[in-house]
Amino acid sequence: MSLLSVRDLRVEFKTPDGVVKAVAGVSFDLNAGETLALVGESGSGKSVSNLAYMGLLPKTRTTITGSVLLETENGVVDLIGMSNDDLRKIRGRDIAMIFQDPMSALHPYYSVGDQLIEAHQVHNDVSKDVSRERAIELLTLVGVANPDERLRSFPHQFSGGMRQRVMIAMALMNNPKVLIADEPTTALDVTVQAQILKLLRDIQKQFKMAVILITHDLGVVAGAADRVNVMYGGRLVESAEVNELYENPMMPYTVGLLDSIPRMDQGHGKRLRAIPGQPPSLIKLGDGCAFAARCDRKSELPSGKCETSPELKAVKAGHLVRCHLYDSKEMSK
Amino acid sequence: MNGLLAYISRRIGITLLILLAVSFTVYVIFALLPYDPASLTCGKNCNDPGIIAANRHRLGYDKSFIEQYWVFLVGLFAGRDFGEGAALIHCAAPSFGYSVQQHACVTDLMFDALPVTLSLAVGSLILWLIVGVGLGIVAAKFRGKIWDTLSTAFVLVGTSLPTFLTGLMLIVFLVIKVDWSPFPAGGYTAPDEDIVGWFLSMFLPWVTLAFAYAAIYTRFVRSQILEISTEDFIRTARAKGLSDGVILGKHTLRAALAPIVTMAGLDFAGLLGGAILTEAVFNLPGMGRLSLGAVIDIDLPVIVATTILAAAIVVVMNMILDIVYAFIDPRVRV
Repeated sequence: MSLLSVRDLRVEFKTPDGVVKAVAGVSFDLNAGETLALVGESGSGKSVSNLAYMGLLPKTRTTITGSVLLETENGVVDLIGMSNDDLRKIRGRDIAMIFQDPMSALHPYYSVGDQLIEAHQVHNDVSKDVSRERAIELLTLVGVANPDERLRSFPHQFSGGMRQRVMIAMALMNNPKVLIADEPTTALDVTVQAQILKLLRDIQKQFKMAVILITHDLGVVAGAADRVNVMYGGRLVESAEVNELYENPMMPYTVGLLDSIPRMDQGHGKRLRAIPGQPPSLIKLGDGCAFAARCDRKSELPSGKCETSPELKAVKAGHLVRCHLYDSKEMSK
Repeated sequence: MNGLLAYISRRIGITLLILLAVSFTVYVIFALLPYDPASLTCGKNCNDPGIIAANRHRLGYDKSFIEQYWVFLVGLFAGRDFGEGAALIHCAAPSFGYSVQQHACVTDLMFDALPVTLSLAVGSLILWLIVGVGLGIVAAKFRGKIWDTLSTAFVLVGTSLPTFLTGLMLIVFLVIKVDWSPFPAGGYTAPDEDIVGWFLSMFLPWVTLAFAYAAIYTRFVRSQILEISTEDFIRTARAKGLSDGVILGKHTLRAALAPIVTMAGLDFAGLLGGAILTEAVFNLPGMGRLSLGAVIDIDLPVIVATTILAAAIVVVMNMILDIVYAFIDPRVRV
């Protein structure tokens, strides 16, 4: 079995306007030491799906179903339906998270040392000095100079990139098996982005951690991930090894995403390509293909086809796609 | 630490300048009032120009406006003499002037009233902070549940009932209608005379005032906690695996501390100027009663003094809050 196994995860929010199906049946596996990228635009469900099984969504008016199996020292556990207290013990110990904006993600009134030590203390019955040593060790590892001194500094005394390094150090305090990085570089300068991605790659190798990299930026994915899951309208629409996906994108949405990345060799004065239209409303999402309204290859399909929902199927070994265009190309099982 | 010291001394300097401006403004306003302060001093139906002229000279109202203000400022630091010879009255520093109507130095009048108001303000502050912050936390923690609904009812009643009505109801139902009531219906007992009597005389006024403020604080604390709960750093705390109790007690409340302290400081400063209604209902001889009486009698020196003092308290409290802020919020320290 894989380290983390997500099966038919569904997340629904009750709102005054109706039920929002934020995640509508997502399944994927994460293997030890692997980096899995979750790619999609805002509202595609890439963040929510992970916050859901971590128990970080507001509990009222939220329904979570499916199963998320995690391998722990005490055997395989299902994170969905787990008691709050049990799930709390998994968070930060087996699965750690870093977030988009490292300024607001750190408590402004506590020193960095306090916050790092606290992350260690909550899961380990050791003295504060031990936790302090661990904090210094990890700050050194993520490249914070003078860690001994910097422990006493407050988050506002760090630059954006340094704050994200502190967040990463905090996530690593308990040697987690899985690190969920939710848009870890979106709020950072481009040069700093590259440093943080490289750092994530390095520590992943060193800690033999599995990483779920949530991003809307396929440019970030290229050098960082092993496998890419593209999400649209709360579902996986394509999943492949990173090179396969870049060389051979199938789903018109993935093709559109790749085309919309600015390129150095694009030629002068050419406009950036964009996918026309808006992401679908997750309240009114019917049975048909969620991408149909924006699909530029709709005309290749017989009329009425787009009113039925395509299934996620393997078109090649390791390359899954949810698209009617590839209905006939499904591999025989 | 040098940064903090520089910050504090800068704040004190600015505060002194503000106080000077405030006192001058108050002085100007009262100089512009269409009353002749000298003729007010000889009582109603007094038309004797001799007495008025003598009083004008004795109280210094025959000097130019700027001179009067200067004498007032000097008197604040050096004390001041009114009249001469056998009729000489000395008001020691800090002298806010002399009230002919009450035959007393204004400073003495205020020193008598201040402990009463201070008792009222401190006691009710403690009470409303305990109740308001406590209920606010409960309401936020059980949002949408029965405890939240009950606290909302409390907020509604507390903010709707005027203090004079709450006070009168307490007097009627806890003093007048109860034979063995330990509480007096009004009046003030000094704590150095009788500490138990002081407590009993202050208890109902505390409850009256705290009731109104606790309601506001309940709502404020609840909304602060709910707002802070959606902050990213609270999500981080949860992602770390901290328990709900630690997150609320350590992370959320720590972030709510600054706005609560600010609000409490300003409300407290406002009360030190006098809680006129509560003092009136419970017959407490505090700053509110002193100001109210002075306004009714057009006792100008007392009005000027209580106005300046109330303004000064607010200004000084702002300074204190700014300094406290530097301790609460590391980002303020330069």
